[in-house]
Formats: sequence, structure tokens, C-alpha cells
Amino acid sequence: MTRKPFLGLGRPRLGCLVLATEGQEAIQEIPLPNRVTFFLEHHHDSDEEFDLKVGDEVRTGQKLKLMQDDKGYAISSVTGTIAGISQYKGYLGKTYTAIAINTAEEEHWDEESKEAWEKPNAESALEFLDFLPGDPDFASLLDSERSLDTIIIKGIDSDLLVTTNQLIVKTEFENLKAGIEYLKEITGAGKFLIAVPPELTSQAETTGAEVKVIEPTYPNTLPKVITERVLGRVVPAGKRCEEVGAGFISAEAVVSLAKAITHHQVPVNKIVTVIDKNHKSVHVMARIGTPVEDILGVLGIETQHGDGLVLGGPMTGRAIYSEDTPVMPDTDAIMVQDRSQVVMNSNSHCFNCGECVRDCPAKIPINMLVRVLENGLYEEAVKEYDLLSCIECGLCSYVCPARIPVFHYIMLGKYEFDRIERMEESNA
Amino acid sequence: MPNQKLFVGTHAPFWHDGSSISTRSYHTMLAALPAVVLGIYHYGVSALGVLAFSMSCAMIWEFMMNLVTRRPASIGDGNAAVIGLLFGMLLPATTPWWAVLVGSFVAIIVGKHIFGGLGCNPLNPALVSIAIMTLSWKSFLDFNATLVDYDLGFNMIYPLAAVKGFGASAVANYSMPGLLIGQQSGGIGATFGLGLTIGGLYLILRGFIRWEISLSFLVGVFMTALVFNIADPEKYANPLFHLLTGYTLIGAFFLITEDSSSPVNFIAMLVYGAGAGVLTVLVRNIGAFADGVVFAILMMNIANPLLDKIRPKAMGKEIEHA
Repeated sequence: MTRKPFLGLGRPRLGCLVLATEGQEAIQEIPLPNRVTFFLEHHHDSDEEFDLKVGDEVRTGQKLKLMQDDKGYAISSVTGTIAGISQYKGYLGKTYTAIAINTAEEEHWDEESKEAWEKPNAESALEFLDFLPGDPDFASLLDSERSLDTIIIKGIDSDLLVTTNQLIVKTEFENLKAGIEYLKEITGAGKFLIAVPPELTSQAETTGAEVKVIEPTYPNTLPKVITERVLGRVVPAGKRCEEVGAGFISAEAVVSLAKAITHHQVPVNKIVTVIDKNHKSVHVMARIGTPVEDILGVLGIETQHGDGLVLGGPMTGRAIYSEDTPVMPDTDAIMVQDRSQVVMNSNSHCFNCGECVRDCPAKIPINMLVRVLENGLYEEAVKEYDLLSCIECGLCSYVCPARIPVFHYIMLGKYEFDRIERMEESNA
Repeated sequence: MPNQKLFVGTHAPFWHDGSSISTRSYHTMLAALPAVVLGIYHYGVSALGVLAFSMSCAMIWEFMMNLVTRRPASIGDGNAAVIGLLFGMLLPATTPWWAVLVGSFVAIIVGKHIFGGLGCNPLNPALVSIAIMTLSWKSFLDFNATLVDYDLGFNMIYPLAAVKGFGASAVANYSMPGLLIGQQSGGIGATFGLGLTIGGLYLILRGFIRWEISLSFLVGVFMTALVFNIADPEKYANPLFHLLTGYTLIGAFFLITEDSSSPVNFIAMLVYGAGAGVLTVLVRNIGAFADGVVFAILMMNIANPLLDKIRPKAMGKEIEHA
């Protein structure tokens, strides 16, 4: 954990881990798990009949849809039988349907997607590539309403200690080059940039995309900061980077795209950075859907009741309460925290020291914002105190001496404001 | 879920830089120590008594208020002790015990807890109490009267009272180095300019107080005093004198920087500090009181919420033109 330095006059300097030295490319392969789980974002009533049933057989690479006309789907990473379908509530009240599959010994590949690879286009990308490792957001990249002029490939991971995409740039630059060519065909965007730390410039140059070096210091690695620094475009408050013409895709997703098209098979393995209790990180390759427990077991990382377990990095990850939670297409990292290191928040008032205001990259008056958020005044928070300008870096909570869960308040505020807006729309 | 091993579900971020309210409080007290030690050296055990009693009363008032309002005990954060210490440092060593008791009550209850406790006080609690004492029991804060029995081997006439009553010539024999090392009468912990400055620099470098506020306050005092001095050197003391006497330095590094009652944005901090500096000298030179720091800072505390509206534009915010 990075502590406040003795001389505390300036801003905190949170350097991101950079894969500079040799020998960090080792990837440990996780054996095929007995059971995998996929989460599908869910818009149905729980008593509806799904097309998938317990006991159904699935093949590797098969598309799993709850209903015929659903847009969201999962791609099975194993061959086996469906063992259970259950409801799951995730971050910010999102409901998911969890599909558990018991793996069979013999692996069979699904053939349905075969012909889609002959001539990859926008349609087939949406149809078969939304569940790729690295979680490409083709729905935004291909949205016809706002055409993107620039696509930025993230060769540097947003969060501290996470090096998944750096590893991809370092080891798979040939696939990256091929993936960029396919991506050009599919999206038709004119400009391709690749954002990398200074150490990976030479590898990035071989990919054919324009190289943009990002200083590996948090929060320079966040998409909105990159959009501002690299393109000189400020994303308006409450809007996404796509609305100023910049789309983001992770390096891993680009490589997965290349592999899918060249091998005519959807890749099912995800690279994950696993950060242990001593902040040492290793890379593993696991099937999507592998429970976290299996990965920690292979690596010999022991956990106990009351420890912290996070999907993602230390600044922006999501805590999970059970080791049964699976690796998802966007799970770039798994972080284990000893119970003694878990940061507990307090119920202190803000005492207006101003640390958060000085460190906020979006220049939000957080000292005032947190006061209105504590009192549930979400509309005032948006109008007066720039709630929607937040780029979700988490530095405010990180530096708060009163240990107020500021970031939590902000995310809750955004969620509640969104709900209020939608309610007003439906009543109008 | 079959797995009974559960993990702690907190929200991101999962790291913290380790700072805390209690660290800030304890380091503030540490930084005040040089000035406190010299005060105790000068005035002996009675000064120690005032400080100890003030701090313990403040903590007890805090705890009692926690009980009454049924909130978790908050003495552990050290804020009450800091308020008690600063209040004691501003008092003369001869202050009777009951005045300390009442004063600390005013500081903690009226100055802080009525508004909701830590972080909710619009004014500096220690200064609220000193202001009320100045208005209610004027004689207790008249340093010439209260310290009349002390002879410490240097001029014991309170410098600000002397310049107010008799003009600049009355204070011509105070040497600046003497003032800096505490050879003047005044509050227990308010006279040792060098110690206060060292403590203040420590707090600034550690990031516990903001240099913008302290510096602009001192510049405000200096510039205003300079203008007065140039206008009438006979009547008004030189600016350096104003920097080294009264509550100026304890004000600059320990009082005006109090978090909850001071702004956080850069320009706001500069205006806030400079405004208090100007008001300080105005009160001293043409106002009713010998020292103006107390009322100047309180006045700027009131202006703080308004000043903090001077802030940078948030990222991606569209300005609507009327």
C-alpha cells in the first residue's frame, strides 16, 4: 500500500506498475475447472421460462442466450451440462442471471459461428464477439448514431498493479497488429491510437497504430484523462468518451479479435493479473467463468474469513464476498487483501481539510459535494456541485483523513440521480 | 452459496494513504510544543496548570457532549485536545480556573458541538471562546494587569497595548530578535515567535496546514502595517513589529488554518488569509482592541463559505451564459 509520504505538501504520486524488466511474461495456466459460471445481464422477470434449461448440454464456443430475442449473451468457455440457473444481484443493483456449467471431460467446439469468420463485419462482431476476453464494447464502438473518428487501444491498464494489457502488448504485438487491421474493417474508424507506458513504445510501434505514450501515474491511465491529454477533447460532464468521438478497446480484446478471426474460434481464455497479500503480482490464464477459488488454489494463495477479495485493481475494483465468483471477460485482475489491510471507513463528518479537492483530477468541489450527498440531495449535487464531472478514479477516498467513503457516495449519487431522471421521464 | 468463507465487501478504493484525523491533531500539538515549553519556562507551574486544565476540560466537555447527543465518543481524534491546547495558549498564565472551565465550555460546546461537532463549526472554536472572554471578562485578557507580578528580565509591558496607547515611540526599545525569541508578555503559548514559526513550517511541510493561508495572512498583516507605518511613522509601529507581537504568529500557523472554518480552493485561501491580515492591522491600528487577530479571523471565518465559491471549473462542465 502506498502511504502518504513524510512531506505531504504535494499531490500523492501513485505510480502504476510497469512491465519493464524481462522475466515478467510468465503466464501460469489454470487447469480446466470442474464448474464454470457466466453472468448474463438480466432484464426478465424471474418466473419467465428461459430457453436454457438445467441439464442442457453445451459446447465450447456456444452462444448462451436466455431468450431468443435477447441482445446479451455469453459464450461458453467449456463443454458440459448446465448445472444451475440462478439470480444474482451485482454492483449498483444490476441483476444478473448466473448460469453454472459442469464441465465434461471431452471438449467439443461449437460450429455455429464458423461462417461468420469468413467475412468479419459489424454484424458478426455484435453477434459473436461481445463476450471476448478483454470485454470489447462493440455496441458503443459500432453505434451508428455517433460515429467514432478515433479508436484508442488501451495498452496500459487503468488501475495500479494491474499489468494484463501491458503483458499483451509486450508478448502479442503480432496478433495486436492483425487485430487492428480487422478492427479497421469492422468499425471503419479512421484513426487508431495505442496508449502504452514509455517502456513498451518499441513493441507498440510494430502494431501499425499511432503510439501515444502515457506517463504511468494514476489517474493518467483512465479513459477520460487519456481522451483529454491525447486528443485534447474534454468529455462533457455525465457523458461518455464515445460522445466526443473516441472509443476505447483493451489490447486484450484486440488480440482476442485477431485470434477469433484467424483461428475461426472464439478465444475462451482470459489473462488475469493476480495480486497477492504482499502486492506481488503474477499472471494467469484461465477459462472465462473459472471460479476465483480455483485460481487462488493453483497459486497457493490462502485466504481466510474476513479478508478482502477484489475483482480489479486497488483503486477501482469491485469487492466480492465469495470465492465462487467467476472470472468474467472484463476481469483484468484479482486482488487479495489480508484482513489487517482492509480499509474500514468511518462515519466522521467531512472537516473540510481540502485534500480531495486538491487531488481531484476533475476539479470537483468534493468538500461540498459529499455534504449534499450525505443528505441525499442528488439533484443539487448534480446542479451545484458537479457530481457528473466525476471520472471515477477514487483518489478522493484514498486521501480522505476522515476516511469518508467519498467514492461510494459519488457512485450512489450517480445511480440515484439516474433513477430520478428515468422516473421523471416516465412520468412526463 | 455453499461456501461459508465470506470476504469483506467494502467499496473501492481498497487502499488508503494512511492519513487520519488523529494524526493531524497529534502533529498539530507536537508542532505547538516549542511555544508551549517556552511559555511554561517563563511563567512556571501556573502556565502548566492553565494548559493542562484547559485541555482536560475541553476533552471532558467533548465526552459529555458525546454522551448527551448519543454519538460515538470522539475524544480519540484529538480535536478537542487541540482546541483546549490552543485556547490555553492564548490565555495569560494567571487566568483563574473557573474562567478556563467556562472558556473551554464555550469553545467545545458553543464553538463546535452546537453546530454538529467536528467539521461542522463555521468559526474557530478556540477563537469563539477567546472572543467571548474578551467581551465578557475584559480584565482577564489584559496582559499588563494579569501579568503584573511577573518580572522575567525583559520589558513586561504588553507591546500592542503600548503602541496603541502611546504610539510607535513607546515600543522603540523592543528589539526584534528579542520579540522573536519570546521576550514579550502575552498569552502562554503565543509569544515565542520562532517556536511558532518552526512548528508552523513543520505543519506546512507535512501537509497538515496550507501555506497559502498562513503566507497570505502574514503578507496581509505586513503590507497593511507598512501602509500605516509609511502614512504616520510616529503613531503606527513598523510592520515587523506587528508580525512578531500579539497573536499574529500563533494566528498564522495554528488558528486561521483550522480546517473546518477555512476555505480549500487556491484563490479563496489567498483572499481569506490576506483579508484576515488586513483586518488584523485595521483593528490594531484604528479599532477598539489592542490585538485584532481574534476578530479578524472570526470575520473571515464567516466569509469562508462565500469565498469557497471562487473555484476552478469542473472538468467537462458547460457554463451556461445568462
